[in-house]
Amino acid sequence: MKNMTKTSWATLICMVVLAVFPPYFLLHGQAFYMDLATRLVILGIAAVSLNLILGYGGMVSFGHAAFIGLGAYAVGIPSHHATWGGFDLIASYNGLFQLALAIVIAAVFALITGAISLRTKGVYFIMITMAFSQMAFFLFQSLDVYNGDDGLTIDVRSEFPFINLDSPMQLYGLSYGSLVAAMLLVKTIVNSRFGMVLQGAKDNNERMVTLGYNTYFYRLTAYVISGTMCGYAGFLLGNFTTFISPDMMHWTRSGELMFMVILGGASTALGPILGSSVFILMEEILSSFTIFWHLPFGLMLIGLVLFVRGGLMGLLKGKGK
Amino acid sequence: MTPLLEINGLKKSFGGVIATDDVHLDVIKGEIHAIIGPNGAGKTTLVSQLSGALKPDAGTVLLNGSDITDKPAYARAKLGITRSFQITSLVMGMSVLDNVALAVQARDGHSYRFLKPARKIAHIREEAMLNLAKVGLAKRAHDLTSELSHGEHRQIEIAIALASNAELMLLDEPMAGLGPNESASLVAFLKELKGQRSILLIEHDMDAVFALADRISVLVYGRIIATGLPDEIRSNDAVRHAYLGEE
Repeated sequence: MKNMTKTSWATLICMVVLAVFPPYFLLHGQAFYMDLATRLVILGIAAVSLNLILGYGGMVSFGHAAFIGLGAYAVGIPSHHATWGGFDLIASYNGLFQLALAIVIAAVFALITGAISLRTKGVYFIMITMAFSQMAFFLFQSLDVYNGDDGLTIDVRSEFPFINLDSPMQLYGLSYGSLVAAMLLVKTIVNSRFGMVLQGAKDNNERMVTLGYNTYFYRLTAYVISGTMCGYAGFLLGNFTTFISPDMMHWTRSGELMFMVILGGASTALGPILGSSVFILMEEILSSFTIFWHLPFGLMLIGLVLFVRGGLMGLLKGKGK
Repeated sequence: MTPLLEINGLKKSFGGVIATDDVHLDVIKGEIHAIIGPNGAGKTTLVSQLSGALKPDAGTVLLNGSDITDKPAYARAKLGITRSFQITSLVMGMSVLDNVALAVQARDGHSYRFLKPARKIAHIREEAMLNLAKVGLAKRAHDLTSELSHGEHRQIEIAIALASNAELMLLDEPMAGLGPNESASLVAFLKELKGQRSILLIEHDMDAVFALADRISVLVYGRIIATGLPDEIRSNDAVRHAYLGEE
């Protein structure tokens, strides 16, 4: 414990707080805070996944919300058919099936869009990832079978052996466990040989290519891993909200995910969690004062970006030095 | 005997500017072949076409007798070509050792390995350290690359070229921006390498070139106007006229 840095202490404290307080509030009849924490943790997973490519890989994806939507619809559509009939092939409440569907669809979507997007750089990459996610948005908006714009209500949550997602406590437990797993996964990947190549290519692609790395495929692999993780977050979010709509994929949602990563501190393990926590809490607090809560929130963000390098984590580390 | 590297009729132009004009050149195993030429002669453009960063308009590049003209840069690196950059090109956000380790890692199989921490793989780290020690930077191994001086960056470039264990090293002005002492020690260092690696050396520093090169080619406006032993080049009239200046 002696050689623990300030950052690892912060991570530990943050994770303990998330593990202890929400269940405590729930047990004392404050279900609202549990709801807030569940949303925070699930969006935290999405932010962690985005951080892998944005923070460590330098790929500024402006379309990550598409994966959330796809993951959520992978719960909603089978569930919808199981309730209302039709499309027997996928009609099911089976959680394992829905989860597999979410992961496969997110991975395939990431592979196809990534293969095309990664041929571009910089601003073009940002625009093209956004374009792909908007395509997914408009596709689901036009699907009348699934109520288009009005969205889809999930009547029955994913059914798993041993876990009951109707229990807020168990759903939170699953989400929290998934968040920890996602953080460990990203940390492991980042420190691996693969991660070294990914970070090297972010910093100096020409050098990496000259060394013999085909960086395109390394980036694509990272993009697929990230998209798949984000699809998983969508799977959880669908089960949490039990209401899904194309709005989940809108580009402003992708922007919020980017905000979380940058606000917390890109390419740090804890950054995305801090970012999603502050984002959700501020949204909640500020919107209780005024419906124009975006204004003070935006000013805060601008201030942070202008005056603190590396987001909240930068603030934390800066004071240590 | 086939030369290690053979360039035939290489051409490259940017708009109206002809940067490489029908270049024929070869590098024999174990030699240091220097290319000299005034600014804007197209030296770096030539190196970029050899490393694969630029695609030539016409002509072929052969490595060990096989055509690599259409091979992308990463594939050429795998075949044994490495380059150093005239303008330092390092991963500035990583440690010095990480930079060299990436070169060792690149030839240690593929890097789709996700679990084991890269910084704990002993054989990679040790070999990187060894190469860093060769250029005298072992002490700075764990410092952030961006914190080192220009001269040290040039040394890291050399350490990376060594670590990539390439048969052919393309060194693009390795002495650029070095002080006289640093230059002298780099020359001594490259002299020691002689015979072990084949080097295509682009250099402005004439003392260094004549001290190191087995053969010299002179590039002027994208054309090779002469190739020969150092003494031949020194006494070549066309070269004196174009480059060394009249006396």
